Formats: sequence, structure tokens, C-alpha cells
Amino acid sequence: MLSNLKTVARFFGRPNVRLLQTTATQQSDALFVHRDTKEDNPDTPFEFNSENLQRVNAILAIYPEGHKRAAMIPLLDLAFFFLFKRVNAILAIYPEGHKRAAMIPLLDLAQRQHGWLPLSAMHKVAEILKLPRMRVYEVATFYTMFLRQPTGKYHVGVCTTTPCWLRGSDQVLNTIRSELKIDVGGMTEDRLFSLSELECLGACVNAPMMSINDDYYEDLTIEDTKEILADLKAGKKPRAGPRSGRFAAEPAGELTSLKGVPPGPGFGVRADL
Amino acid sequence: MVEPGTTVLQAAALVGVEIPRFCYHERLAVAGNCRMCLVEVEKSPKPVAACAMPVMKGWRVKTNSPLTRKAREGVMEFLLVNHPLDCPICDQGGECDLQDQSMAFGSDRSRFTDIDFEGKRAVEDKDIGPLIKTIMTRCIHCTRCIRFASEVAGIDDLGTTGRGTDMQIGTYVEKFFMSELSGNVIDLCPVGALTSKPYSFTARPWEIRKIDSIDVLDALGSNIVVSTRTNEVMRILPRVNEEINEEWISDKSRFSYDGLKRQRLVTPMLRNSACELKPVDWEAALLTVAKVIKNAGSSIGAIAGGFADAEALVALKDLLNKLGSEALCTEYTFPMDGSGTDLRSNYLLNNGIAKVEEADLVLLIGTNPRFEAPILNARIRKGYIHNESEIALIGPKVDLRYEYDHIGTDPQILQDIASGKHPFAQQLQKAKKPIIIVGSETLERPDGGAILAAAQTLASKTAAAPGWKVINVLQKVASQVAALDIGYAPGASKIREMKNLKVLFLLGADEKVFEKTEIPKDCFIIYQGHHGDYGACIADAVLPGAAYTEKQATYVNTEGRAQQTLVAVSPPGQAREDWKIIRALSEFIGAKLPYDTLDEVRDRLEDVAPHLTRYGYSEDANYFKQALELSKKSGVKMDKTSLSLNQLELEDFFMTDTISRASPTMAKCIQAVKKQKESKY
Repeated sequence: MLSNLKTVARFFGRPNVRLLQTTATQQSDALFVHRDTKEDNPDTPFEFNSENLQRVNAILAIYPEGHKRAAMIPLLDLAFFFLFKRVNAILAIYPEGHKRAAMIPLLDLAQRQHGWLPLSAMHKVAEILKLPRMRVYEVATFYTMFLRQPTGKYHVGVCTTTPCWLRGSDQVLNTIRSELKIDVGGMTEDRLFSLSELECLGACVNAPMMSINDDYYEDLTIEDTKEILADLKAGKKPRAGPRSGRFAAEPAGELTSLKGVPPGPGFGVRADL
Repeated sequence: MVEPGTTVLQAAALVGVEIPRFCYHERLAVAGNCRMCLVEVEKSPKPVAACAMPVMKGWRVKTNSPLTRKAREGVMEFLLVNHPLDCPICDQGGECDLQDQSMAFGSDRSRFTDIDFEGKRAVEDKDIGPLIKTIMTRCIHCTRCIRFASEVAGIDDLGTTGRGTDMQIGTYVEKFFMSELSGNVIDLCPVGALTSKPYSFTARPWEIRKIDSIDVLDALGSNIVVSTRTNEVMRILPRVNEEINEEWISDKSRFSYDGLKRQRLVTPMLRNSACELKPVDWEAALLTVAKVIKNAGSSIGAIAGGFADAEALVALKDLLNKLGSEALCTEYTFPMDGSGTDLRSNYLLNNGIAKVEEADLVLLIGTNPRFEAPILNARIRKGYIHNESEIALIGPKVDLRYEYDHIGTDPQILQDIASGKHPFAQQLQKAKKPIIIVGSETLERPDGGAILAAAQTLASKTAAAPGWKVINVLQKVASQVAALDIGYAPGASKIREMKNLKVLFLLGADEKVFEKTEIPKDCFIIYQGHHGDYGACIADAVLPGAAYTEKQATYVNTEGRAQQTLVAVSPPGQAREDWKIIRALSEFIGAKLPYDTLDEVRDRLEDVAPHLTRYGYSEDANYFKQALELSKKSGVKMDKTSLSLNQLELEDFFMTDTISRASPTMAKCIQAVKKQKESKY
């Protein structure tokens, strides 16, 4: 916008004179330095509750002392709960000396408990893992799924990567904007919804899609979007998954290939074998 | 040809081919994120990063092929896309790796048109303390500062936040980078993102003169380069010396140079009848002082301070000896029980600084190397990280930035270990390369002799190979070893015992060895030195001397290595080189010293102790067994009081001597540390 103004201004002014200063565009709606706010400061009360504390200890039991950071990545989000049931299997995977690998599961746990990830929760995780706080800040700022500012009860993420965009993610996003009267990165005043733009969430076959907390809502139209938001506002839980009547990621409409009866054993094999 | 595991970049360096790099640094871990060192390897489909790729047998590496050049040009272009074009106002301009390498390897024209649309990336600056200025938009994300902070300094406060184009280097929260080695990130930064705050906008690299010198703010004798312009010290940088400081120096060595411009004594002064110090000319001052000394005869004593150089020390000793006095002392005392200072091995860091990193067990006794000798602490930490050495400490519990076994604060533990009662004894016995470092401050205690003897006993019981010297003493000030080598008595007890002290000559002694009230009222105090501190305060006559940047002088570091400073700037006002003042004074007294030039003084030094003029070499000390035997004869008993130290916290580190006390930058550091301590981060 400003750069357009500048180009226009150039017509009227002398050439080679900068009339309007432009700044770099913002690449992300999150800030990568910490600013103390009323809600997010080192004194924000945060303690793992007793149920989660048991989980914390269970996670810690998985990873012994040390620093194998690579192991953090596969342990994002729900993966942890899946792995959590198989403590002994995981113990066999990770050799001695890698406690800091538990950072991501712990941050995730903290976020699930608190709704978002305040600075004090990062400090708590650093304390549990006996790591410098900076190492936790690094991980928490790297992953976009760690929400470092207050977030609504329903965190709506709209995928705007190419396949979804081609299938109309802009309309979906604009519908949410106008329905909720918030912009990307914002939160409704009743703290029910917050909105962010996300990159590909891997549901391209069912584009366009949005994620609300842990659920995917796929094959969206403007009406679907409105309905989902209305349901949530009314306290109902809309059914997750494709809205087009598809069960999952099968072809829309009828099959376009593999229509015949599957050939039996020996199909296409030389007769003399 | 090369050892297995050698990287392409290192192997190329061995045959004299330099591969450009930004993130690679030989003293830090390999990061491999700048991609500037891409080279073509035959049969490899893509160029490989030379810094991270081990050399394999039979490889043909092309460091100047079209592919390599194109790869470098591409990397350079990407780096410059988001690098501001502010070289004319950048402090790094003229000594910037990015500037040099874009000239050498970059494209000759720009394809960057985005400035008309979205603009360049911009990052907000961080406030990381009073020493380092940050202009983060210039950062190219080499992560050298982060690796230095976490590997060498042991302060994990720097890191990367965000990802992709939003990635930035910083502390995330508002926090100062509170390390005693923080200034080194300025040298490490290949661009102008981290620059020196006190030096900012003061000089350009092409206008300054660089003079090799030696740091005297601690006893290690770190090698430095003094940058000067128009007879003013502009900044101090480290100089590579693998034996001592590698390429680091402490913040006190680097930033306290502004103390050299303040509180200076620029003219001789005499105390008048109204008890005020009044400036006089050299002749009047020397005449008065000479008259007093002549009248005093042999009732004269001298105390040498921490910055005294060997030339001045030997001249002063010759003068006093000529007058019939032997009362020459240093400020800091040392136990004289047993062999005392007769055997050099008693007061040296015998094993050398470099070998500390090879040790498998380090026992620190009553010392805080982090603040007494930050570079030595970095060596110990290096051993801790790369050599998995065990470290144990007897003394006050301090933060050394590595894990150590705190055995206790009571010196009697030493006896328990020696008799095998303490569990640490087995550990010490098992160690193949143990090192015991005793702090000189601990040896100043009344029972210092017993502590040293106990440490020597421990050292004798270890299984160290011959040639590996277990017992080491860490001195605190630059002059101590040279003074003891020349024959000064440690501590002022000799002067205290003198009944009819008529003249007290303070050669830069400012550490309140004597309260004014302790000195007899009719005693005439002469202060010769470069700063108006405690010594000048109590003096009746002040003779302005030269600081270490203003004279060619010999200093012997704590491992016994003689090194010399060179003249970087001339002494201010009427101040003169110290040995010359003493030489002139001797003529006024009528006891003329037989040397007129520096070479002649150094000949005299060589007569006293030949190693004092063998610059760069450290003279070994031996006779450990004899020292041990002699120490057994001393009857000093160990106290029960626990060990204590002066420098415990970071704020105690910055101001310890006349130069750093006069430095506004050091004052700001203390202020910043205190502020940081109140912060919640």
C-alpha cells in the first residue's frame, strides 16, 4: 500500500528522491521478542496441575539426562499422547542421556492446560528440564503451534497455502473475519474465538480447510464456515471432517479409476510361470 | 595426508587455500549455516559445505571452479538481499568480513529491486548491556555469538527466536549479556551487528595505528593490540597467543582503557604547608624528594603495586640497596614459611595456562578463576566440555559457569584429603593429569603457608607423569611474579617491622596496604604511579609515571612468561616512564644508577634473572620435592576459619585496580549487572 503511494508520489515529485519511507512488510502475526503484558509476564501464575504433573513426571521418565534435540521434533502434539501409552517402547528407542528431548511434549502439555503458552510456563519447563531459559524460548518461538499470546477458547486456523487458496480459502477467511469481526491474529472480546492464518496442514485433498483446536474442518464453503462458527457460539460441537459428504479423502463424486473388479492372483504374469 | 575427520576447509587451509566463511570459526562448534564455504567436489551432484564435510580419500575438491564461484556468488547475493547498505555509517566498515568477501566473491552488480516494493527485512535492536551495541538488521545469522556464549562463556542467554525470514538473534526477553568475556562476540561477529559501544563512531580501522602489547589487568598477560589515533588509545583488541589467551580477552582488559584517560597524574606534585598537593616542575619535585631520601639514609622502604614493570622494579631495588635498605615489598603477601619465594615453583602457575585444558582433574583451592583470571577459566571450561575433566573447588561457592564438585570452604579438608580420609582422595589418586590451582588471595591468609604446604603434599601424592606439574599458584596482579623474581619481599610486613621508617616509596601501590594512621607521622610518603588513587591521596610527593600502554616494559605473567608492552601512546603531560624517573632521582640523591638506556636496564635485569628478558618464553620452575621437604619444617597450623574471597559476584569483577576504578565503562558495567539482578529474567 505504502509502496504504491510512493510510486504515485514519484510521478509528481522529482525522480530519485524518496518521498515516502516504507518499512519492511510484516511476515508473521507473531512477535519474536517478548514484551511484558498484563497477561503475559514472568509473574503470570503457572503451575502444572496435579494430573498434568503426573504426566510431566511420566514424560521425564522417558527421556534421561542430556541433549538430543533431534528427538524433539517427532514428539509434537498428539503424537505425545500416542507415545505416552508406550513408555517402555520409547525407553528402548532413546538411549541414555537425552532428557531435553522432552521439551516439546512439556510445552504442549503446558499449552493444553493454560490455553496458550505464557512466559512463566516456558520458565517452568526450563526449570523442570534444567535447561537455560533461552533454549526453551528458541523452541517455543520456532514452532507456530505454540501460541505465545492469549488465545480464544476456539483457536481458528485457516490454511491459506496454494491448494486451499485455489479452492477458495480467501472466501473462508473473509467469512470468518466478518462473522467474528476480528482480523488475523486477533481475538473476540468474549475470548471465545481467535484467528490465525496457517500454512499447509496436509489436508490438501479436502481443501479448503480450517483447524479449530485439534479438529480439522474440511471441504468448506462459506455456508459451512458460518454454520460451524454459529454452532460453536451456541455451545454445540460441530462434527469434524469433510463437509461435502465425503467420508474422508476419497474422490469427490464417483471413482475415476480402479473401477473394475480387482484382478485375481496371477494377473499379468507369464503363463509359463 | 590429513587425520581422519579433518574437514575440507581445514585440509584446504593446511595446503594454503583459504575458503571463504562466515559461520565457521575454528574455536567454536561447526554450524554450517552460512553456506559461504560451498565448494565443488568432483562427482558430487551439488556443491558441499567445506566447513562441515570431512575429507575422504581420493576426493578432488575444486575451490575455484565456475560452479564454486557461482555458488559463492549466489550465497553472497542472498546474504546481501537483507543486509542494509549502511557501510558508510557502520563501525565494522573497513574490517568487515561481509564487505571483504562481497568484494572478493560477490557479484559485480545487484539484481535487487525489491527495495521498491516490500523493502528490506528489518529487525529491532536489542539492549544487551553497556559494552555491546547491536544493530540487528545487519545480522547474517552466522550464530557465532550464540555458540561463543554457550560454549566458551557458558552463559546461555543468546539464541535464535522465530523461524525463516522472521528468525532473529537475541535474548527473547530484555536481558543483558552478562559475561566477563562478552566483548569477544564483537570480534567474532563477521558483520557490524555486534559492535563495541564505547568505541562506536570514534575511529575507522584505516586511521588507527596498531601496537602489539600485553594486558596487565590480570596476571595472565593476555596478548593485546592497542589501537591508537592521535596519541589516544581508541580500543584494545586481543592478539592470538595459543599459549595464553587463544584469541579471547576479558571485558576488563578490553574496555577499561577509558580509565587510562581519567584520574591521571600528569604533573609532579608536592604537599605544601596547607597540606594540599600542588603541581610543581620535575626539578623541584626531584630536589625535594632527593633531599628527604638523603636525610633518611637507610630508613627507607618501598612497596610495589600491581602494575609495576620489571624495569622500574629493578631500578627501585638497585636504588634502595645503594642507600642501604632492603625493605622492598610487594603489595600482596605470600607465605614465607618453608622455602617461601626462594623457589620459583612455589609462586608460579607451573604447568602453564594452555595445559590446563588437558587436565582430567582440576582442584581449585580458594580461588575464583572466573573473575581473577577469566581466560584461565575459559580454558578450564574448555577442558570441562571437550575433555570431560572433573573440577572440584575448596573455597566459597561461586558461579564458575560449569559444574564442579564443591568440596567445602574449610581449608582443613586439604589435610583430610592428604590423609585419605576424604572421598576426594581416591579421585585425585586415580587422575592421570591432575592440576591443583591455589589462589594467591588464599595464600595471603596467616595460615597461607600451611595451605600451600598441604596443597604441595597433595600434589606429591598424585600419579602424574614426570613433567606434568600438579601444583600451580594463580597470581592476581601482573607485577607479582616479576617482583618476586627480582627479589622483592612479598607483603609489607618488612616495612611494618621497621621502627624508624622515614621515607615510604609507593611504586603504584594503591591497595591500602597501610592506612594513613599506621604510618609514622614524620614519614615522608612518595607516590610514583599513573593514577590519582589511594596512594597519591596519602602521598607527600607525587611523581607521575606511565601506564602500561605508554611504556616499553617487561611483565612476567603468572606462569613465569616474560613479555613486553610497547609504547602505544606517549605518557600524558609531564608523566615519564617509571624506570627513568627512578634513574633521574638516583642522580639527584647522588647514588647514580649505572644505566641510561632501556637496553642497559634490561642488561641489568638479565644479570638479576636471565629469564626476564627472554620474551615470549616461559621459564620452567622445578624443585617441587625440595619445596615440599622445606614446607614440612614450617610450624604454621591451619586455621579453622573458612576460605573467603574478594571477587565473588560479577559486579566485583569490573573494578579491581586503579585503571578499572577510573573507567566509566566499568562503572556502567557494575550498574548494569546490578540492574540485571533486580530483573526477573
